[in-house]
Amino acid sequence: MLTVNRYKCGYCGACVSVCPATALELVDTWLEVNDDCTQCGRCTKICPMGALELVKEEKR
Amino acid sequence: MKCDLVVVGAGPAGSMVAKTASKAGLDVIILEKRQEIGDPVRCAEGVSKKGLEKLVDPDPSWIAAEAKGARLYAPDGTEIVMSEDKAGAEVGYVLERKVFDRGLALQAALEGAKVMVKTRALGLLERDGAPSGIFAQCVGENLKIEAPLIIGADGVESKVGRWAGIDTALKPRDVEVCAQFLIQDESVDDDYCEFFLGNKIAPGGYVWSFPKGNKMANLGIGVLGSKSSSGMPLELLNKFLKNHFPEANVLEIMAGGVPVSGPIETTTADGVMLVGDAARQSDPITGGGIINSMKAGIIAGEVAAEQVSEENLSKEALKIYEDRWRETVGKHINRNYGVKEFFVELSDDELNRLMHSLEKQDLAQATLRDMLKILIKQNPKMLWKLRHLAV
Repeated sequence: MLTVNRYKCGYCGACVSVCPATALELVDTWLEVNDDCTQCGRCTKICPMGALELVKEEKR
Repeated sequence: MKCDLVVVGAGPAGSMVAKTASKAGLDVIILEKRQEIGDPVRCAEGVSKKGLEKLVDPDPSWIAAEAKGARLYAPDGTEIVMSEDKAGAEVGYVLERKVFDRGLALQAALEGAKVMVKTRALGLLERDGAPSGIFAQCVGENLKIEAPLIIGADGVESKVGRWAGIDTALKPRDVEVCAQFLIQDESVDDDYCEFFLGNKIAPGGYVWSFPKGNKMANLGIGVLGSKSSSGMPLELLNKFLKNHFPEANVLEIMAGGVPVSGPIETTTADGVMLVGDAARQSDPITGGGIINSMKAGIIAGEVAAEQVSEENLSKEALKIYEDRWRETVGKHINRNYGVKEFFVELSDDELNRLMHSLEKQDLAQATLRDMLKILIKQNPKMLWKLRHLAV
């Protein structure tokens, strides 16, 4: 699953702009991830702050 | 709630739409999801002085500093100085976006637009298969706003277009991912904007330093998305800071994504228009978006006023907006997209050679476009693919 490190997130919305599944939404300083996320990882590479990470479910 | 036009997003694009359309007599509501317009900032804040003054009468409080010129640094450190009117086309004023954005929203409000902050758009209302308004949430309370026309000025993270069936998703190679520090350091030059090029400094992008007065500056970096990795912009910016401003105080950290896609296929749908970063109207070379957004915002506001009174808001009718912005802003970003596509692939060695060829040139009156022409003339072989721009 996609995890957001909220202590790193700079709430810039760059991730939202590249998400092909419209799974991300930025609300002021809060990044929301919905169930449409396909775990493609595009947003994790794009994040300027390194706040996004794909982690395996069992690690949760 | 009912109105003639809902604008989603109160940045420079949205506020210019709202101001223009209100002035022309429309009943306008403009929504801003943030609780404070303009904050947090995600912008280098540089703007062309002439460009801005053509569109609006700037209030002195909007301007943090005025740059006398710009310096470009090649990967090997070679310095090219451009005085006021050269890079002046791109930068001149360094704004205080928190004040500027609110100031523009205020102008819209004074023309009669209703500004609603901490109000996020959640989706389109539909009637007979066409958008009929916006479903929103205002300070946690659900709200329906009926309007025949919706304008998405909702920034790089735009949703309005996607809701209307316009694919605005950016490819990683079409977005610059950015980090920025507001620094204070004795070595900051209060009069010059600086640009540092190089694949080790900023792959497919550049580092900038824009003065904000009193030895403060926006020190930022843009890295091309396709050349970046998780957290790279922040890491590289920290490295740059350590090398160039080791003693600096960092007063703010900002992040951002800048569309560098050039014109997208469509920016209209039935009852919907997109403007600004939402329409990917920022400049693919400089990343500057304020002037383009404001220009497109004015066009959208005018077209909105005409078409709402005509009661014709089909995609076909809104083509007037599409045509008008493509003819102006679009031409420019289309050309610069080609240049960006070429430049992001250059090696440091090639960048150095290009910059060296500028050393003996008189750039006193040159714009970025002129500089490009000189580069093509001086380096016909390397820039063969861009030869059509030499004329």
